[in-house]
Amino acid sequence: MKYFLQRLAFYLFTAWAAITLNFFIPRMIPGDPVQALITKYQGQLSSQAIDSLYVLFGLDKDANIWQEYVDYWGQLLRGDLGLSFTFFPTPVSEILASSLPWTLLLVGITTVISFFLGTSLGILAGWRRGSWADGLLPVTTFLSSVPYFWLGIIAIYLLTGPDSFFPSSGGFDSGLVPAWDQYFIPSAIQHSLLPALTILISSVSGWILSMRNMMVTVASEDYITVAHAKGLTDRRVAMSYAARNALLPNVSGFALSLGFIVGGTLLVEIVFSYPGVGFQLFQALGASDYPLMQGVFLIITISVLVANLLADIAYLLLDPRTRKEG
Amino acid sequence: MSEPVLEIRNLNVGYGLGDQAVRAVRDVNLTLHRGEVLGLAGESGSGKSTLAYGLTRLLPPPGVITGGQVIYHPADGPAYDVLGLSDRELREFRWNETAIVFQGAMNSLNPVHKISTQLTDVLRAHEPTMSEHSRNARAREMLKLVGIAADRMDAYPHQLSGGMRQRVMIGMALILQPQVVIMDEPTTALDVVMQRQILRQLIELRERLGFSVIFITHDLSLLVEFSNKIAIMYGGRIVEEAPASAIYRDSLHPYSAGLLGSFPALRGPRRELTGIPGSPPDLKGMPTGCSFHPRCPKAFDPCASNIPVLGRPDTPDGSTRSVACWLHPTAQPVGL
Repeated sequence: MKYFLQRLAFYLFTAWAAITLNFFIPRMIPGDPVQALITKYQGQLSSQAIDSLYVLFGLDKDANIWQEYVDYWGQLLRGDLGLSFTFFPTPVSEILASSLPWTLLLVGITTVISFFLGTSLGILAGWRRGSWADGLLPVTTFLSSVPYFWLGIIAIYLLTGPDSFFPSSGGFDSGLVPAWDQYFIPSAIQHSLLPALTILISSVSGWILSMRNMMVTVASEDYITVAHAKGLTDRRVAMSYAARNALLPNVSGFALSLGFIVGGTLLVEIVFSYPGVGFQLFQALGASDYPLMQGVFLIITISVLVANLLADIAYLLLDPRTRKEG
Repeated sequence: MSEPVLEIRNLNVGYGLGDQAVRAVRDVNLTLHRGEVLGLAGESGSGKSTLAYGLTRLLPPPGVITGGQVIYHPADGPAYDVLGLSDRELREFRWNETAIVFQGAMNSLNPVHKISTQLTDVLRAHEPTMSEHSRNARAREMLKLVGIAADRMDAYPHQLSGGMRQRVMIGMALILQPQVVIMDEPTTALDVVMQRQILRQLIELRERLGFSVIFITHDLSLLVEFSNKIAIMYGGRIVEEAPASAIYRDSLHPYSAGLLGSFPALRGPRRELTGIPGSPPDLKGMPTGCSFHPRCPKAFDPCASNIPVLGRPDTPDGSTRSVACWLHPTAQPVGL
């Protein structure tokens, strides 16, 4: 418990540091978002409107930076992330709220499937070493070295077209309104299949390889021989003795990959024009949309930290050696 | 001598197949009697551990049993060949009839499961009708038997010392009351005091429970003290087999004599420790004839060309012992 609290304190500190950096970095980037906005409206804004924009965006040059920092925290705690420039005057929190579910569902579900599928195949390949399962390995090595965005481009090139079942871009048919009904959900699933497959194919190989190698390492441990000598069934030795120990490094890898769900698949979302957080970040970068960028970075930071915390907890539960007594 | 419990007949074990194959155990004949402690000694690479893994069919790949029989005599019922058992029968045979205590005291326990889980999963596998409560009671009883407090049931292996872990392993080996316990250098990883303590305890348990022990070690002094009969292995073959005291007093094979000469005696006049010159043979390129002849101080003509057969020597106690050496050529072969 003490160990857990220590970890928690560490994560809170990291979160504070990340948020503070997140506050300062956009203020150090050269370029002026208000100027960008003025250009966008092509001189239709009055000077009063421009002044109020500076105040609104918190870019008021007269204000004390310390005061700004305190205000920033106040806003953050209220869930107010400012207004987006590109989608002015929509609040950033609203944009994130509408794009986050897309990313979480697409990449989240794919990551979980990939982990379970890859780990199970890895257990099989490691335990049945020397059988047909070894034939998987060259294939997985090849696939894991292919960048997933390239795989996405190839998939679009080969599998989409006017008559194809697979749509080439977007998260749903353009004629539909997002809702939980019988028209929207099948369309959303249809649109997510190709990006999901792309991510699955390129990420599952990593899990297979690492799990297979850990299984092979663990299989030569003395306690595996003992388990066989005890007359336990092959299945029990494989799962409860070998896989249970081989799983440990993969679990921490899994938690880390959960953290990268939000930010890590940016390129897939760009390739498929998928309306997720990564695609928003891409648009925000193009338009010098600082509040949106800040918002996306904040989400990424927090998700990585939460995932790390989950990894620590999972490790505590799975490996008794990490538990400190007292 | 009482009836046999385990008979090894012409056992051959190798690693790999074809031209690259290495023959680690060659034509081994050995009989373990009920209630006996049989010591198996030899240098590293002499095939003693391979023999133990082979007779329980636990050889890690690429190990293969290339021939022979391992006849097991159960307490009741007819004898059978362990090497001919189906996978299912083999699983039932393991631990129920023959349990093993391995070299690595530190790594023999699964680090992520509690001691209690690892003790009871044997019972779960072999006696599925046993209730959870009686399984736990049996596990606690075994821990008490080897001198570990029952409250350590919920401990994880990393919370125990090396000696305690090896005690747990011994307790685990005895949980199904097997007839044969194979000890593969059970105390090598422990300090000398702990070694003696654990072995003494083991011998006590053996007298109480009546199982037989195959005790594998390179420490001949331990064997002389704790076993009834000693078999000496060299280059995959048994070169001498005799009652422990006979080996100690007058060993017939020069290799046994060399092993005995390489540790100090506690009593008696001081003597120089000699050791054996040279190093163990390469199993891939065995010397012709007696594999020990290049290192043997007493080697003569026939040694380099003909392999000596294990047989009864022409000595007063010749009926209780056997040796494979040209110095004792009148030997009549055993196991045939």
